Amino acid sequence: MSTSLLTFAKGGVHPPESKEITERLAIEKMPLPEEFEIPLLQHFGAPCQPLVKKKDRVEEGDLIGQVTGGLGANVHASVTGTITDIGTSIGPVSLNVPSVTISRDLEAPDKTYTPSDWKSLSPQELLSKIKDAGIVGIGGAGFPAHVKLAPPPGTKVDKLILNGAECEPYLTTDHRVMLEKPEEVIVGAQILLRVLGISEGHIGVEANKSDAIDVLRKAAEAQKLHGAKISIDALQVKYPQGSEKQLIESVTGRKVPGGGLPFDVGVIVQNIGTTKAVYDAVVLNKPLYEKVITISGRGISRPANLQVRVGTRIRDIVQYLGGTKPDLAKIVMGGPMMGFAVSTLDIPVTKTVSGVLFLTKEEIDDQPHGPCIRCGWCVEACPMGLSPNEIGLYVEAGRAADTAPFGVFDCFECGSCAFVCPAKRPLVQFIRLAKQKAKR
Amino acid sequence: MEQVKDTQISEHPLPACTVSISPHVKSRESTAKIMWTVNACLLPPLLLSVFIFGFQTLIITLVSVFSCVIAEAVSQKLLHRSITIKDGSAVLTGLLLAYIIPPGVPYWMPILGAVFTIYITKHLFGGLGFNIFNPALIGRAFLVATFPVAMTSAWIMPMNDFSIFKYMQPGVDAVSTATPLYVLKHYGLAALIDKYGAVSTMYKDFFLGVRPGCIGEVSNLLLLLGGLVLIFKKYISWHIPVSVIATIGVLTWIFGGEGYFNGDPILAVLTGGVFLGAIFMATDYVTSPTQKYAQLAFGFGVGAITVLIRLKGGYPEGVCYAILLMNTLTPALDSWFQPKRFAPAKGATK
Repeated sequence: MSTSLLTFAKGGVHPPESKEITERLAIEKMPLPEEFEIPLLQHFGAPCQPLVKKKDRVEEGDLIGQVTGGLGANVHASVTGTITDIGTSIGPVSLNVPSVTISRDLEAPDKTYTPSDWKSLSPQELLSKIKDAGIVGIGGAGFPAHVKLAPPPGTKVDKLILNGAECEPYLTTDHRVMLEKPEEVIVGAQILLRVLGISEGHIGVEANKSDAIDVLRKAAEAQKLHGAKISIDALQVKYPQGSEKQLIESVTGRKVPGGGLPFDVGVIVQNIGTTKAVYDAVVLNKPLYEKVITISGRGISRPANLQVRVGTRIRDIVQYLGGTKPDLAKIVMGGPMMGFAVSTLDIPVTKTVSGVLFLTKEEIDDQPHGPCIRCGWCVEACPMGLSPNEIGLYVEAGRAADTAPFGVFDCFECGSCAFVCPAKRPLVQFIRLAKQKAKR
Repeated sequence: MEQVKDTQISEHPLPACTVSISPHVKSRESTAKIMWTVNACLLPPLLLSVFIFGFQTLIITLVSVFSCVIAEAVSQKLLHRSITIKDGSAVLTGLLLAYIIPPGVPYWMPILGAVFTIYITKHLFGGLGFNIFNPALIGRAFLVATFPVAMTSAWIMPMNDFSIFKYMQPGVDAVSTATPLYVLKHYGLAALIDKYGAVSTMYKDFFLGVRPGCIGEVSNLLLLLGGLVLIFKKYISWHIPVSVIATIGVLTWIFGGEGYFNGDPILAVLTGGVFLGAIFMATDYVTSPTQKYAQLAFGFGVGAITVLIRLKGGYPEGVCYAILLMNTLTPALDSWFQPKRFAPAKGATK
């Protein structure tokens, strides 16, 4: 391993990458199912108000849910069709998310988008296009992009970092997007730089995606734009390299303080998929209702990198890919380190879903946990310098309320501690409990 | 964890899937794997002991291991806990307890030590992970306090004629010699050279393990190899073993001879239970600190107390009590040496 690879200083683990299952599979456009269930809450914030009612006809790309104040992002129709229900959907963490169901017009053709010139637009105009398109951080958190791109007055931002680390095992969506759409990613980055009024951009990519690094470097050279300097930084393969704080440390050496945000150290971070969505919104005038997700794991008949529309149910995806295998033991939305296990296939894909994993018994670990043997491996693994062992013992002893001094609120639940724990202790679960009971 | 059943997707029945909190993948390591690996690393020294001290060392070890396993099962039953004898930790305690008693003790002695330490030291304190003291060392301390004569005199001079069943015949008295540290403490270096040969011969013999001593402590070479395996597998780090051995060597060199800087550091670390204690006992996860600097401090403490006992105390050897004393400081060391937090919010640290 080259010593020039960037990385963060403390902690980190090396889970089996399992990316070989899908990393060579080109993005495949999934045929449209007949019905779409589009949640009105696909972002960090409050749900959107529906702008449509039952039996309304909507065109692909129409605005169907609007932010009514506060934090949020618009929601658009993924297909042309008729509204059949305004009700609720099951999400990975919530059982009733307000949603709109569209029955697709089987005759309607796909909407086509033609590129327009963006270079004549002002930063304000660019930002409002991003806002109108309903773009959120699609790497997982779902923070509205237009809010993140407008830091409060007085903050000085000098660096944009695009997160192409994709450190979660199995997931290969950012990898395939960088490989197949490098120009879009680079132009998206240029748009983001223009919005922020800065010139320095970095794309951090883990070194296990060297093909993507090469392709992006060529694209950055070919798409050169005056006033935008975009470098592609190779990162050491170490989980959680793609965590915002760790990525910022790896690329800039700056540390975002506890309770702080990236702009506190002059940095804005966006995910690769988000950047591609920014390109679509600004250049093609296409709202965010379509994305690439990885369907992987040894429990699905045919793994794939699928381009799907928001609102596609997992059930339809499974059916398209030939069903699950008999030894399927766990279904996870997102990556295996931070994703959510789900109990049903009737869950629609949202903007923030990066993948759905179908894991077999061999791939998961469901051994019962034992007592802490104080090996200290979790302390070594924690990228935030916490002591998960102590927090776990406090929670088990019924003293979750006393755990604030252990820094539980710094924990972003990357799962490194629970991954290495030889006693198989559910440390993330303990810490979540601690966060609920502890006083800030 | 909750088991859920989903309806069918066309012809593909969906099996019952587990729902639990992330992470969904975990490393292949486990408590049992660690314990059994340590047990395996401890076996070669026992083989050597069978050859040089006789077959009864194997019997003593087996008695100790089985007593610990049975005591663990009974303790867990009495305390209404789930029985976890398969995790290898009781076997490890049994091995270590046998390794730190002399090769000529009666067979019933390890049974007493095992029952006492597994029930009192381990399970009454809360079981695996909650014991304050290293169980094997408490077992030895208990036996030394209860049967001081047998525990400090049942030594055997190494044999080189493969008469391994000699001490199992009736009427053959095992009490036949004294350990190098005993000779050194009570009669001085000249007497030691008289008994074991020139200093260079002693270095070689003691490194290989050809000397009287406890069952598992003599073969420094085989203990070292076992320790290297554990370090290579990242089950232990070098910090505690190196700091213990280095401290004993340096402090003996300074204070252990005529005047200052005249002691023999090599002899000091090759005798007694230094390697066994430093590599396999002071590194016990439960009773030693987790932070690297705390481990260095812990190792220094073990080494310093060992030398103090050897030079000024009433016993010729002090590794056992040194580790037990430092065990009491482990929680304090863990709290003094905290990991470095990632840019904590102001006023948020402990």
